[in-house]
Amino acid sequence: MSAQTSATASEERTSAGAPSRDSGGSLRGMTALFSGPAGRNLGLVIALLLLCVVGLITAGDRFVSFDNMMTILRLASVIGVVSVGMTFVITGGGIDLSVGAIVALSSVWASTIATQTLAADTHWLVMVTTALLVGAACGLVNGTLIAYGRMAPFIVTLAMLAGARGLAEIIAQKRTQVVTVNEFIDVIGGRILGIPVLVIIFAVVAVAGWILLNRTTFGRRTLAVGGNPEAARLAGINVKRHTTLLYVLVGVACGLAAVMLLARTTAGTSTHGMLYELDAIAAVVIGGTLLSGGRGTIVGTVFGVLIFTTLTNVFTLNNLDTSTQAVAKGVIIVVAVLLQQRVAARNGSPP
Amino acid sequence: MGPREIQVTAPEGQEPLLRMSGIVKRFPGVKALDGIDLEVRAGDVHCLLGQNGAGKSTLIKVLAGAHQPDGGTIRWQGDDIRIVNPQDAIDHGIATIYQELDLVDGLTVAENIYLGHERARWGVVARAEANRSAAALLRRLGHPEVAPDIEVGRLSSAGKQIVSMARALSHDAKLIVMDEPSAVLDQEEVARLFGVIRELAAQGVAIVYISHRLEEIREIGDRVTVLKDGRTAATGLAAAETPTSEIIRLMTGRSIEYVFPERSEGQRGETVLEVSGLGRPGEFDDVSFTVAAGEVVGLAGLVGSGRSEILETIYGARKAKAGTVTVAGRRLRAGRVGAAVAAGVGLCPEERKSQALVLHESVARNISLASLGRFARGGFVNRRDERRAADDQVRALDVRPADVQRHVRTLSGGNQQKVVLARWLLRECRVLLLDEPTRGVDVGARSEIYALIRDLAASGIAVVVVSSEIEEVIGLSDRVLVISDGALVHDSPADEIDEHQVLDMVMEGEAA
Repeated sequence: MSAQTSATASEERTSAGAPSRDSGGSLRGMTALFSGPAGRNLGLVIALLLLCVVGLITAGDRFVSFDNMMTILRLASVIGVVSVGMTFVITGGGIDLSVGAIVALSSVWASTIATQTLAADTHWLVMVTTALLVGAACGLVNGTLIAYGRMAPFIVTLAMLAGARGLAEIIAQKRTQVVTVNEFIDVIGGRILGIPVLVIIFAVVAVAGWILLNRTTFGRRTLAVGGNPEAARLAGINVKRHTTLLYVLVGVACGLAAVMLLARTTAGTSTHGMLYELDAIAAVVIGGTLLSGGRGTIVGTVFGVLIFTTLTNVFTLNNLDTSTQAVAKGVIIVVAVLLQQRVAARNGSPP
Repeated sequence: MGPREIQVTAPEGQEPLLRMSGIVKRFPGVKALDGIDLEVRAGDVHCLLGQNGAGKSTLIKVLAGAHQPDGGTIRWQGDDIRIVNPQDAIDHGIATIYQELDLVDGLTVAENIYLGHERARWGVVARAEANRSAAALLRRLGHPEVAPDIEVGRLSSAGKQIVSMARALSHDAKLIVMDEPSAVLDQEEVARLFGVIRELAAQGVAIVYISHRLEEIREIGDRVTVLKDGRTAATGLAAAETPTSEIIRLMTGRSIEYVFPERSEGQRGETVLEVSGLGRPGEFDDVSFTVAAGEVVGLAGLVGSGRSEILETIYGARKAKAGTVTVAGRRLRAGRVGAAVAAGVGLCPEERKSQALVLHESVARNISLASLGRFARGGFVNRRDERRAADDQVRALDVRPADVQRHVRTLSGGNQQKVVLARWLLRECRVLLLDEPTRGVDVGARSEIYALIRDLAASGIAVVVVSSEIEEVIGLSDRVLVISDGALVHDSPADEIDEHQVLDMVMEGEAA
């Protein structure tokens, strides 16, 4: 029914919203159910549940155990933090291909002998601060070039992707830098009440991201800038500054992700964060954020991340190879975007 | 009083080119078309009138094959036909020129005309031949100066329209539907478009012409069909003889003319906006004028005369190269929209959809966009306050439907314009710059917008209005400025000048 319903529903919107005279009854109800914000996430919930059912059937107790659940969440947390940042950039009408490279550079910079010595002498937070600052600086370069240099986000962040990873290799001399600051690993890599700190960080970032996007002027302006930059500019919003801030924000998220990776792997290397840009964009897009900007959902992004991570887990538990997994990922992305387009059409934007 | 059914039957023995009868189109929950009748004869210019939402767009989409009707018959050249898709419509000889022209900017004129049915031999495009036959079509349209081999992106809106018409002719169209073709044209270009339309009609091509401008319909139309609420309120009316009041009554169900509100006498406040020596080389030079609180100043001029550029420069959306803008004694920094907004200046730009509205956001969010700070504490938006304030504005401006949660895209042009106005009222601006405030606004809503602008002035706001319609500039303003070729050529009270004088100056560039 979905194709039929959405096609007619899209036409309904174009007819200038005349008052409804004859109601479509239950059909209309179904349409409303799937087109509302709850409906969007409903689809994602169903997808995630289906995956869990598959996991339960194929791997049984190994899948549903508390430890495995925490494994999934721990894996999801690093890419999740990056994806929350990515949601903002995409909602604001941009894209950031350099997130993986920024994660690598931040992780390397925060784990050099110099940084670690300083951290050991003073406080382990030095490493965290370093990673966050490196991420913010990369984001600032991206944002400044895009907003004030008027370059295409795709090109600028593509350059950053190459440049930042290259710089990470130079700094680390392609070696793995083991983290020796034990407090750092103990705290960030530890658990509170049995829940990994990584997962708690992800949860905090997701909640903060949701509030930032949905309840603050910053979020409102992000939606306006992504939805219609010219209208935002003529309404007196400083679009250039806002765009720059969005890239700084995703940079900071990458810095935080680097901190989490350092704790999880107890090492910094220039190969951290490989292909994170693709995983993050995929999670954001299947979550329902419009790639063209103007509409974003943090909840959707979190679901997107969980779906991909659960998929990986189910495949791993069943000893299936990563190639099959990649194919499954591809299929999920295509199906999700097809669904998203239908929703976009229903909301009246041109198909 | 409800609309009367007025039927004028075609003369005996003359089968019309197109006869649509009882066309019904349902969308879930809405009957967009509820039994439309339309008869178009070959060589006729048939005007389609109706308020936004009356069903004009849906009707032409049915005709173009983009929608399938749920009921009714379409008789084309004496045969009952079904138009199953857009290609089918083109094959029958029905071409539609939409408001947003569907041309590819990067291709040449000839390539656009033959897009989809290229002149080709063995798969290789025969460019010389395409250029030759494109040139022939353009000559037929009376526009031989449009070169077939230049890129369409370099043409003006008027030029693009000509290319669209040439494309329609290249399909050997017998009926061309034009959806508000004059909306993007200035008066001179409209005059030339009308020349083309008359020429086509004389060659036996039928034109269905949609416009909001009654005076155009008088000039170009043979017959008029008025739609209201998805029904045909009247069809086959003689365009030249039917009184305006009758047409408006049919469209609205009420009886109104373009009524310009009374100018408020006397009681000018102090000068709020002072523009002095403002210039941008190549656009306009040395423009100086002042606007007092409570005053409406109209800027008349052709498209390209610099009138919109002047507004945007005052607002800081373009950076002034010379001169100053002062608001209530404070000089604005050139090229800073933020500074202008902070000083209490608001702009309702020319292109509502692309420049003013965030279309898939709600009415409330569009209204609050420029004054978000007012509803925020520590960066958090108080949504209840925001909604209440938007609600107040929606009520005050009578936006319909009065639902601030609605997506702004679902509103009609007039109501969208009110939303943009509401944005600046909420901001409590002192200077309001309005660029084409009634473009795409239907007749009924226009008078409301006029009255609204007057009310705003009466509340002490200094208003500057730019419009292509001279009647509107004169009727609405206290003072009229005329811009020609980037220069301010006239400045006088509105009641000391008439439409012809303004038109003279606009065309000639000299003070009368």
